[in-house]
Amino acid sequence: MDTAVRTGNVARTFIYLTLLLFALFYMLPLFVMLVNSVKPLSEITGGNMMSFPEVWTLDPWRDAWSKAQVGVQATGLRPYFWNSIKMVVPAVAISTVMGALNGYVLTKWRFRYDTILFGFMLFACFIPFQIVLIPMARVLGLAGIAGTTSGLVLVHVVYGLGFTTLYFRNYYAAFPTELVRAAQIDGAGFFRIFWRILLPSSGPIIVVSVIWQFTNIWNDFLFGASFADFDSQPMTVALNNLVQSSTGVQEYNVHFAGAIYAALPTLLVYVVAGRYFVRGLMAGSVKG
Amino acid sequence: MGFLEIRNATKSYGSVEVLHEIDISVEKGEFLVLVGPSGCGKSTLLNMIAGLEGITGGEISIRGNIMNGVHPSRRNIAMVFQSYALYPNMTVAQNITFGLEMHGVAKSERERALRDVARLLQIEQLLKRKPAQLSGGQRQRVAMGRALVRDPDVFLFDEPLSNLDAKLRVDMRTEIKKLHQDLGATIVYVTHDQIEAMTLSTRIAVMNAGRIQQLGTPREIYDTPSNVFVATFMGSPSMNLVPVTVRVDGANVIAEVAQREGKRIGLKFFRPCEALRARDGRAVTLGIRPEALTDVEGADQRSIHVERMESVVGVAEPAGSDTFVTTRIGGVDCVARMRADAEVAPGSNAEFALNMEKAVAFDPETGLRIV
Ligand SMILES: Nc1ncnc2c1ncn2[C@@H]1O[C@H](COP(=O)(O)OP(=O)(O)O)[C@@H](O)[C@H]1O
Ligand SMILES: [Mg+2]
Repeated sequence: MDTAVRTGNVARTFIYLTLLLFALFYMLPLFVMLVNSVKPLSEITGGNMMSFPEVWTLDPWRDAWSKAQVGVQATGLRPYFWNSIKMVVPAVAISTVMGALNGYVLTKWRFRYDTILFGFMLFACFIPFQIVLIPMARVLGLAGIAGTTSGLVLVHVVYGLGFTTLYFRNYYAAFPTELVRAAQIDGAGFFRIFWRILLPSSGPIIVVSVIWQFTNIWNDFLFGASFADFDSQPMTVALNNLVQSSTGVQEYNVHFAGAIYAALPTLLVYVVAGRYFVRGLMAGSVKG
Repeated sequence: MGFLEIRNATKSYGSVEVLHEIDISVEKGEFLVLVGPSGCGKSTLLNMIAGLEGITGGEISIRGNIMNGVHPSRRNIAMVFQSYALYPNMTVAQNITFGLEMHGVAKSERERALRDVARLLQIEQLLKRKPAQLSGGQRQRVAMGRALVRDPDVFLFDEPLSNLDAKLRVDMRTEIKKLHQDLGATIVYVTHDQIEAMTLSTRIAVMNAGRIQQLGTPREIYDTPSNVFVATFMGSPSMNLVPVTVRVDGANVIAEVAQREGKRIGLKFFRPCEALRARDGRAVTLGIRPEALTDVEGADQRSIHVERMESVVGVAEPAGSDTFVTTRIGGVDCVARMRADAEVAPGSNAEFALNMEKAVAFDPETGLRIV
């Protein structure tokens, strides 16, 4: 059904043109990255950044992935890509599951001062990254996981928990408590109710939590640069090293290809799950 | 001792006591309805029986076993919620058997129980559907199926019909009553609808502000309400309350009603008991049900205590089976229930017949019934 407000033809044309303009503006960087990543370097240094390549080549992509000089070694971005995967997957999974459990407890197993506790948890959403750097380094050192992927996972889980708890709490606040009571009478316990009743109905908010956490953790640079060792550096840090470290000529085409590699996973997550994202964000917002 | 025994039960949230010393004893096979206005504590009491709310003081026992602190799933009770509380991600069949599964009942046995209940409630063709694909009435049936399949000691219903439309509500009401008669189940049923309470129950507990106002059979509650609250809450249209003065006249006790222009009417009490005599010359509140105030032809011919009086007709509202007529008696607007074809014109004088056999009297200060 058409629920949009009707507008005149002139207004409509104007709106479309404006939208088109902004779309082009946002697409331009991607276009530049794409065309320059399939050109030989000589064409770029020759000065035609905006045009299509005269000679098409996939060599920059190959170099960026497995040959380019990153830091001191010529490994390409591949090992760092896997570092990021090894960090992102557990961090997203753990923070989402824990956020769901927190939301479940805060709405369905309420206790004294639970709203105050929740208020404190929300602080996590507002604390600037820089403030926690030094205390976090100390904690990682004490725990013996400084410079490891596990350490980064811990950092991201702690930092993401405020957000995931907020999402799930608001979502479960609108989830009928009578269902939990019915399940209690039916004989289901704490975890069984969570697993069999709440979680199967949590699809939209799980998607929100996963997208949010995935993009934030994948794109993080500061924690990666601060807490990772050489062999646990994530993609973002490696990309920076790639761009900075080339001693001789600046291989712009390789840099462009590397940047696309770094952006690809988040793009993929949006394409696969994006349409649930807005829906999920809206779902919990009515009650809360 | 009763099958379900509530002794001195109280409930507080923090420093606020919302239920005060509730005492109810329910026999096996009884249909007890808890009725009262919204917020009076009915659901809280039901949840305490279910074990979903803790008991602050007193005791609740089922079959002689004290239930304080026992987990809801170990009380052998089943509950039907106002919102039906069907698990949205499970099919109807899974919804019904979930409780059995949690209690470790074998699969073959679960399926047999499911078949029996589905046949009883005529929901066999719905078993594979999800709750979202059911109508309100069907959801209601599934919710009942989930309770029935457990074969519990006590069924608890919390306003199960209030989400249904008027027609379906009446149908389901009949069906619940029939189920009770067929199965002989023990039921505690919460509602704010006094008609549901009257039609379904074997006994009613009328509640207000966290207290039981009266506990009795529907007849007792209707005919001899213990106070003004019960009298006005139960019955629709509600009981007329007329201020009168008591006058002792030999063997008789008369209720004197002040009418317009200083005229006074004397109505003879049916039971001239001592409590009334003692109030000679004082004010009491006379309670008259609308059906005890009617046109002369419509009056109960067997009753010899029908008083006739003239009064001005205010509004006449034909309701199909009856016509409700308002008139001022003793300075208050009263509703009379007349035959559908009674001829009354607004503004005219009409003759009313008042059946004093059905009249009750309340103390105007305490609100308690005198006779
Ligand atoms: N969790 C709670 N905390 C504080 N007060 C409550 C709570 N639950 C119910 N109450 C209060 O207890 C009273 C009875 O509520 P309830 O049993 O739901 O009434 P009803 O008769 O409408 O079912 C109400 O005044 C309500 O405000
Ligand atoms: Mg209630």
